[in-house]
Amino acid sequence: MGINLKNATFEGWRRDNGRMGVRNHVLILPVDDISNAAAEGVARNIQGTLAIPHAYGRLQFGADLDLHFRTIIGTGCNPNVAAVVVIGIELGWASKVAEGIAKTGKPVEYFAIEQNGDINTIAAASRAAYRMVKYATALKKTRAPIVDLWVSTKCGESDTTSGLASCPTVGDSFDKLWENGNTLVFGETTELTGGEHLVAARCKTPEIRAEFMRMFDRYQAIVEANKTSDLSDSQPTKGNIEGGLTTIEEKALGNIQKIGKKCTVDGVLDKAEEPTHSGLWFMDSSSAAAEMVTLCAASGFAVHTFPTGQGNVIGNPIVPVIKLTANPRTMRTMSEHVDVDVTGLLQKQMNLHDAGEALLDSIIRTADGQFTAAEILGHREYSLTRLYESA
Amino acid sequence: MTVHFCVHDEGDSAGVVVVEGIKSGQTLNGWIMDQDKMIEFPAKSDIPIGHKVAIKAIAKGDTIIKYGVDIGKAVADIGAGEHLHVHNVKTKRW
Repeated sequence: MGINLKNATFEGWRRDNGRMGVRNHVLILPVDDISNAAAEGVARNIQGTLAIPHAYGRLQFGADLDLHFRTIIGTGCNPNVAAVVVIGIELGWASKVAEGIAKTGKPVEYFAIEQNGDINTIAAASRAAYRMVKYATALKKTRAPIVDLWVSTKCGESDTTSGLASCPTVGDSFDKLWENGNTLVFGETTELTGGEHLVAARCKTPEIRAEFMRMFDRYQAIVEANKTSDLSDSQPTKGNIEGGLTTIEEKALGNIQKIGKKCTVDGVLDKAEEPTHSGLWFMDSSSAAAEMVTLCAASGFAVHTFPTGQGNVIGNPIVPVIKLTANPRTMRTMSEHVDVDVTGLLQKQMNLHDAGEALLDSIIRTADGQFTAAEILGHREYSLTRLYESA
Repeated sequence: MTVHFCVHDEGDSAGVVVVEGIKSGQTLNGWIMDQDKMIEFPAKSDIPIGHKVAIKAIAKGDTIIKYGVDIGKAVADIGAGEHLHVHNVKTKRW
């Protein structure tokens, strides 16, 4: 017995482009680092808005600039966002970001600081934000089938209990959601090292497999070109090693448990790229938690599942991050960060099917509006991935 | 009965300690998950929660198997029941 995903529903906001959101944010989105202060000024003025300051956006070029725009625009396009105020130092890039977001049909306005100054920009942008909060808070929630929920996954501060229990729990949920026809994503390219052959074997077609291996090999070449050691202080992390993980291969094999036993890899995505059909997608991405979750949000995913061993505390500004752990010490010392306790799996007090059901139940409750631990504790990590130096 | 350590597959080199405070000399109950079998094993080291216990004698240079897959190589001899971690096992990658 379990949740019948075909009949189950959740209540969220249907956006003009058809996507279902589970939160209803009015975002104040800076294009660049020097517009953070103005964005935060607007968010202080207007209740019900959220500024997401970040560190980049100046003098980037080429593929790195493309990724910056894709991530910022994707964040605004995410269905958990109702409306967006864009603020940049100048009009050119601010308008480019606003036009990208406007394609979803949601309200978006943009402002530039040059020739206005922070104070006038904040005043004008605050009036726009005021109208958007009036708009967003009048939107009615609607019921939707579970298949309309896009779910991402990435684990962090993993330890050996992640591979034994919390990652397989996500795997069980992903198998069920995949059979239901949901849109899903995993990534963490270097963190598949030692298990890449297992992911390759799960790719649905030879073309997808070739593309996956090209992404994997490209990332390996970056590690080989830049490493000064065997990465044993970085990947696995110090926290991973404290938690008992010894090698990258061991960490990867635990990580891969998140894609379950049935799912095929139905497509591959570049960073912050939006899926074009349902199924399980692999995104070529960093394995750093905040970067990866930020990229998932920019790709349009509405809920994130995050297994942890040692206790990663991550959240995201616009996507609720559901954390689960099987480590009894983590539950004893930092339970306020955990949404789903699967410690029972390691004492035979719970089976994997029941753990997967508990996570699905948490996913649906979160989609219906229940806050995650990270939301309650104010975790809003927003980290942009950079490919190389600015010009 | 408390499960002290879990093993993914009976062909694996090591299990994972899943309770706090394991001391050398203690008899451990191990659960082999894939085959759903219980084994009993004496610890030969103090082993923190999450860390691995060798469940067979391993010679320097041997491949370490977990999940039925290669996870690295031993860089020292490791006795059954001893703590298996970064001091005696290294990656084969990078």
